[in-house]
Amino acid sequence: MKKITTTLKTSFRALRRNPMRSALTTLGIIIGIASVIAMVQIGEGSSAAIKQTIANMGANTLIVFPGAAASGGVTFGGGSAVTLTSQDATAIARDCPSVEAAAPMVHARLQLVHGGMNWVPLFIYGTTPAFLKIRDWPIARGRAFTRGDVLGANEVCLLGQTDVKELFPGGKAVGKTILVQNVPLRVIGVLARKGANMMGMDQDDVLILPWTTLKYRISGSAMQNQNQNASSSSSTVSTDQLYPETSQNLYPTPSSVEQQDLPQPVSFPNVNAIFVAVPTMSQIPQAIKEITVLLRQRHHLQPGQPDDFNIRNLTEISHALGATSKMMTNLLTGVALISLLVGGVGIMNIMLVSVTERTREIGLRMAVGAKPRDILSQFILEAIVLCLCGGVLGILLGQGLSSAVKNLLGWPIALSVPAVVASVAVSAGVGLIFGYYPAWKASRLDPIEALRYE
Amino acid sequence: MELIRTENLYKIYRLGGGDLCVLKGVSLTLKPGELVALMGASGSGKTTLMNILGCLDRPTSGRYFFDGEEISRLSPNRRAVVRNSKIGFVFQNFNLLPRTSALENVLLPTAYTDGDLSARAFRRRAVEILQRVGLGDRMDHEPSQLSGGQQQRVAIARALVNNPRLVLADEPTGNLDSCTSEEVLSMFQRLNSQEGITILLVTHDAGVAAHARRVIHIRDGLLEAGAVETAAGHGAPAGGEA
Repeated sequence: MKKITTTLKTSFRALRRNPMRSALTTLGIIIGIASVIAMVQIGEGSSAAIKQTIANMGANTLIVFPGAAASGGVTFGGGSAVTLTSQDATAIARDCPSVEAAAPMVHARLQLVHGGMNWVPLFIYGTTPAFLKIRDWPIARGRAFTRGDVLGANEVCLLGQTDVKELFPGGKAVGKTILVQNVPLRVIGVLARKGANMMGMDQDDVLILPWTTLKYRISGSAMQNQNQNASSSSSTVSTDQLYPETSQNLYPTPSSVEQQDLPQPVSFPNVNAIFVAVPTMSQIPQAIKEITVLLRQRHHLQPGQPDDFNIRNLTEISHALGATSKMMTNLLTGVALISLLVGGVGIMNIMLVSVTERTREIGLRMAVGAKPRDILSQFILEAIVLCLCGGVLGILLGQGLSSAVKNLLGWPIALSVPAVVASVAVSAGVGLIFGYYPAWKASRLDPIEALRYE
Repeated sequence: MELIRTENLYKIYRLGGGDLCVLKGVSLTLKPGELVALMGASGSGKTTLMNILGCLDRPTSGRYFFDGEEISRLSPNRRAVVRNSKIGFVFQNFNLLPRTSALENVLLPTAYTDGDLSARAFRRRAVEILQRVGLGDRMDHEPSQLSGGQQQRVAIARALVNNPRLVLADEPTGNLDSCTSEEVLSMFQRLNSQEGITILLVTHDAGVAAHARRVIHIRDGLLEAGAVETAAGHGAPAGGEA
């Protein structure tokens, strides 16, 4: 122990004897470490920003679709079964620990009318307030609808920016009333702009309303109206469509006036899909497992029976995200390695010069009793001390640099403790590796020759 | 009991063309408390002999006992320990570390000393020795701020810091003017007579050798017969230039 402190002191003294050269030698390491720190911090900031963006696109959402209905060997395609209910959504949100929120959803494709304007939005979503949270979709003006609106099937809606533009040339939509299949809906809020989705579809061309309103007041059935709104006004009783072979209607056929004025009782509160938000992408597999178990239980499926639902996640996006951050990390590692390599070669160069220049000193030290091991450790320690000083200064400089970038350019940065720790370790390692050869050379000197060196 | 005894030392350098025999069977003894001059012209083998006696080099054959230990058998690391604890070196060109205070220079060998003496104890001893060589007021000066004679006295203090059994001085006055040479040589004499330190002066200068009590001449790798006793301090050259 005493030996190490003595050697350390010797190294410090030797470095102090030539402060200018020590400083210049360290510069390589300072720049290397500083660029690594700045790069990593800016990189982590960007990476976090990218992750946030991708999360906005819905990377950490799952969508549960009903399975395929089949009759006599004829299947009707995915989503045709009427097994998924809004209670399923409630149960998923309540009972699955890996799930943050769940919202049922009912689709339709219907015409909106306001005054002399009309428009058929790309998406009409009947859902619950949780949907906006799951899709991370803020309200630009007005307010979102509430749970009470859902329970009461209130005639309220939220409009996307595109629809506002099409229906309200003046731009003021909040508080106005639009007609959907002659059902008046009060516009209580306008959604923030979201742009096109990955498939190029305009996500702002949307109408969002309580799913109860859409299902029970407007379309009367979830599936049937999706692409055939022309015939929808006459077919509002879902039981007829679900069981077409039922010849006799138990109830008297209501007149068209009655049909429009009274909500239709529907015995199947099925929904077209359930949107599920998972806190982080890594929890997605766990969430899928939990939802599967829960839904199988709720739907009374026996072991061996296939699922009557499908769970989809946006694998494409998550793969893109994974690839992006991996590439980012590799890029930064490359930059780090190159700059540290350059710094290390600089250290080696200067240490070699230093060994040559101090040949007589080495000879003297050996003459007065230094063993080759002592000389070796002294020069290695000198290199490590240089690199560590460079590392510490580099960390400070890099920190300053990334703060400057943050303040001047407004780029996001994230403080990275592992990067700081790794930088210190790496700079010491660089000192060890690149200081070893010169130190070894020094320790192999013959004291007699070294003392006579001019 | 001798401090140094060599038996038939040979040193042969293998050069490209053939072997170069520098020492051809040197046998000598040194008793503790002696002040001996090793004299010889350049090429006579005196530097080689001095390197062997100083445990920096090992003979090709022959045996070398120093303080009862057979050095010719020791590993380089063991020889480093012997050099550190039992031998003090004084060089012609002082070999002080630049930009390092006199005190730190004197402390240099103690960095490689194993033992339980604390850094503070070493420092105390270094200060005391610097005072003994008359540099008590120059301890914080760097070599560039000291005269040649003062630098050589720092070097002598450095040689003495570990209480060596032998001080080896290689042309200690070679870089000094005659006045400071005299100063340094009388310091060696005083250390020898008052403190009983064994000193080996290696020189080609008969005037320097005259300060020794005994002169050993070396010529062509062999000691010349009849090592001459001189009266210490009387500058009468006792032997011609070999």
